[in-house]
Amino acid sequence: MTMVAGPRKPAVGRKSERVDLLPSRELRGIVETVLRLAKSTDAVETEVHVDEVADALTRFANNGIHQNVFEHVVTVSVRTVTGGRTARATTNRLDEDSLRATIEASLSLAHSEPRDPRLLPMPGRQRYRAVNRFIKATAALTPEERACAVRLACDLAAKKGQVAAGIFSSGQSQTAVGNSRGLFAPYSETHSQFSITMQEDPAASWAKADSADVREMHPQKLAERASEKAHLAVKTTELAPGRYTVILEPAAVLDLVGFMFYDFAATAVRDKRSCLNNRMGKQLLGKNISISDDVFHPLQKGAPFDGEGMPRQRVLLLDRGVPKNLVYSRASAKIARRKPTGHGFALPNEYGEAPMNLVFGGGDSSVEKMMASTDRGLLVTRLWYIREVDPYEKVMTGMTRDGLFFVENGKVTGAVKNFRFNQSLIEMLNNVELMGPAVRATGEESFEMVVPAMKVRDFHFSEVTKF
Amino acid sequence: MWDLCTNALDTAKLRGASYGDVRTMHLRQRDLTTKNGQVGTLAQSESIGIGVRVLANGAWGFASTDRLTREGVAACAAQAVSIAKASALAKRSNVVLAREKAYVDSWQSPFRKDPFEIPLEMQLALLLAADGEMRKVKGVTLTETNMQFRKMDSWFASSIGSRIHQRKVISGCGIGATSFQGGEIQKRSYPNSFGGQHALEGYELVESLDLMKHAPVIAEEAAALHSAAQCPEKFGTLILAGNQLGLQIHESIGHPIELDRVLGQEANFAGTSFLTLNQLNKLKYASSVVNVVADARLDHGRGLGTFAYDDEGVPAQCTDIIKDGKFRGYLSNRETAHLIGLERSSGTMRTESWNRLPIIRMTNVSLLPGTWDYDDLIAHTADGILMDTNRSWSIDDRRYQFQFSTEIGWEIKGGKKMRMIKNPSYSGITTEFWNSCDAICKFDHWTLWGTPNCGKGQPMQTMGTGHGAAPARFRNVRIGTAFSKQ
Repeated sequence: MTMVAGPRKPAVGRKSERVDLLPSRELRGIVETVLRLAKSTDAVETEVHVDEVADALTRFANNGIHQNVFEHVVTVSVRTVTGGRTARATTNRLDEDSLRATIEASLSLAHSEPRDPRLLPMPGRQRYRAVNRFIKATAALTPEERACAVRLACDLAAKKGQVAAGIFSSGQSQTAVGNSRGLFAPYSETHSQFSITMQEDPAASWAKADSADVREMHPQKLAERASEKAHLAVKTTELAPGRYTVILEPAAVLDLVGFMFYDFAATAVRDKRSCLNNRMGKQLLGKNISISDDVFHPLQKGAPFDGEGMPRQRVLLLDRGVPKNLVYSRASAKIARRKPTGHGFALPNEYGEAPMNLVFGGGDSSVEKMMASTDRGLLVTRLWYIREVDPYEKVMTGMTRDGLFFVENGKVTGAVKNFRFNQSLIEMLNNVELMGPAVRATGEESFEMVVPAMKVRDFHFSEVTKF
Repeated sequence: MWDLCTNALDTAKLRGASYGDVRTMHLRQRDLTTKNGQVGTLAQSESIGIGVRVLANGAWGFASTDRLTREGVAACAAQAVSIAKASALAKRSNVVLAREKAYVDSWQSPFRKDPFEIPLEMQLALLLAADGEMRKVKGVTLTETNMQFRKMDSWFASSIGSRIHQRKVISGCGIGATSFQGGEIQKRSYPNSFGGQHALEGYELVESLDLMKHAPVIAEEAAALHSAAQCPEKFGTLILAGNQLGLQIHESIGHPIELDRVLGQEANFAGTSFLTLNQLNKLKYASSVVNVVADARLDHGRGLGTFAYDDEGVPAQCTDIIKDGKFRGYLSNRETAHLIGLERSSGTMRTESWNRLPIIRMTNVSLLPGTWDYDDLIAHTADGILMDTNRSWSIDDRRYQFQFSTEIGWEIKGGKKMRMIKNPSYSGITTEFWNSCDAICKFDHWTLWGTPNCGKGQPMQTMGTGHGAAPARFRNVRIGTAFSKQ
């Protein structure tokens, strides 16, 4: 068997072995090898995705590291077109025999389906705006460095009589999309996250950050913030469920509104499973809500192309509360007689596309100013287990978690037991009174976005839990 | 594969590991979907690689690679040891493992028809035919069908001498009809939502579902829901169909009994549990008619939580979780078993893939059958609501307070199933809810449901779990909260 990619040599680090990603020429070499092999089959067109990931994650709980992992994988995914049919096969074996077998598997799948008269030819060569999201310092982070940062956080917890749990992750990845019409789109990035939960029985609080550049991460500051809030939350009182003014920190906004954006897919509207059916161009949300999808925003991450290699465009989704534009794959754009926006998923799929790089307009307030302007309300750190109750009115249910604080006469006066909410996002985004500047936020229920903290009136809490 | 495993273990030992285990896995998957009469996804994938878990300096390290050469595997094992030594820089105490025997074994899950050998044309033809049946119904605006098949080989080797090969074949299939009308979206799914039924079975699972019979039924129901009565808000009697009860078990029993959650290891992500260690053998979790087991053995059924050995090399077991309403057991592993007084792991360490660390997972956490015939249960219910097929699910991070909604409900009046109810939902506190259970149907109505999408761990892992359930009745339950405007 011929190895398409050369052996990946572990680089010798100061203390730990680390893995370097394939050189870009080898990444391209895999794409070209698949395209060459496909020429001797009955594939009319061929598309190749190569994805490489080298990720590490240090996990801690009870003030010590309990899991510590590393993974390295290269995946090659091949889509062929034959006789108006298309299908995909994927492998992580890089030798020529395996790649040939993957091409054949894709063709075999395609031969089994009915012809698709709407299948488009693959796109040709494209031009991409450059983005630089690969930071060497992040790629070079060692397990020892992650362990040292974790140890400092755990030491802080122990000193405060608290218990720390969380993660410190770092990694690097690269991807390339190429096809038999000459398209080639490469992208690489680094990523790091630090997330911490500080527990002071019976309370807990949480802080998390995400960045391509690990030098922008400040684990100790996040630990201190979570620690202070956990201590504030130790004594809780129980409030009656009902409608409250809430101040949602950016992570809470992110996790909630993240459920809305698949509705901006042109395919979702065509399928009549979007809340935007019969609502495009109408005043749906408050006039202070404007949202774009913008992969080029300095606080955003991700490749500047989609699953077919089409360049991502900046799309104004909501303009002062009015849904203005949807995002389109090539297929949905053709049906709607629009231009593709570069948001398509890899084909074949039934979902079409989605915006993945959301940027809110934001405002000039701050959490402190929001509290100062609040006579009676709740400060929400984080939300949890959010699920959709009503897909058209976008009623979401979920829980508050890790720090719910009572705000009276402009100040936090104590912590309260966690609530369940049943809240329409459409109603909520009509009730936004104040917003902070949009920041890069990260949570657990949705992908990262650039969102502001929000002060929202009449947020609906339906039940209370026991802590 | 065994040579690679041995190579990894030898390297780990040379580098200073006091214990090591290795999983080489080859995973194959096929996904088929249709939407509105057209093929949607048509894909298959394979992934092969090795994961090496070691103890060094009293702490864990794990590394994985898909470079299956002697050099690649040795580098991976060396890296796992380096990572373990880094873990030791911030360890709380030395890891101690419960004793376990070494096993040399090979096991294959039973199936009658290999789904990868069934012609794709036949599989697609069935999905497109079911899709077509649903599209015939007026008012249906979106039709979806899916099949998913997996074949998973794993070669487990450990430094205590185990060499275990397992092959599992898993099938899944489901259909759904959605209707958008007048500012309302309603959906019906069969035989369950979120991809249907999934089990450790071959293509015989698909054939047993009789999609063509059920496709027009759910399509008619999806359209009819628009004119159904809104679920009332009240405290009342609730009957849960087996597919919804399976998820209720998953969320309010299966997750709270995971010992890693109880011990705070998931505090940052999946959450903790109200089932603190002092509750074992004391808490009245449920009414006396409720008996729950965690059973990974084939005897329990061909569920997504069925295997011969877990991913720590511990044989499949049956553990009492709730016995006559009393809380009796947790899901444990070799590291945590001693904390609940056990000499041995309950065998629940499972991994999604070769590149993920095994963690404590549900196996088949099942409510054992009761004594009621389904018709009798309805006939002996004066006033209640029957809820079927999950639509949304949510529970707090300690697993006390939950809220579920289902796709469809039926009013029960005077012992008879009456009018259709739309937007049904219910909520409660876990132990109060399970203590309100007064009737469970017998084995004739019991199904081992598969939940294919349970997320846990960092990095996130998705795992399939099994939940045996028959329809059951609960009293004085809060109903209708999800759509409350107050």
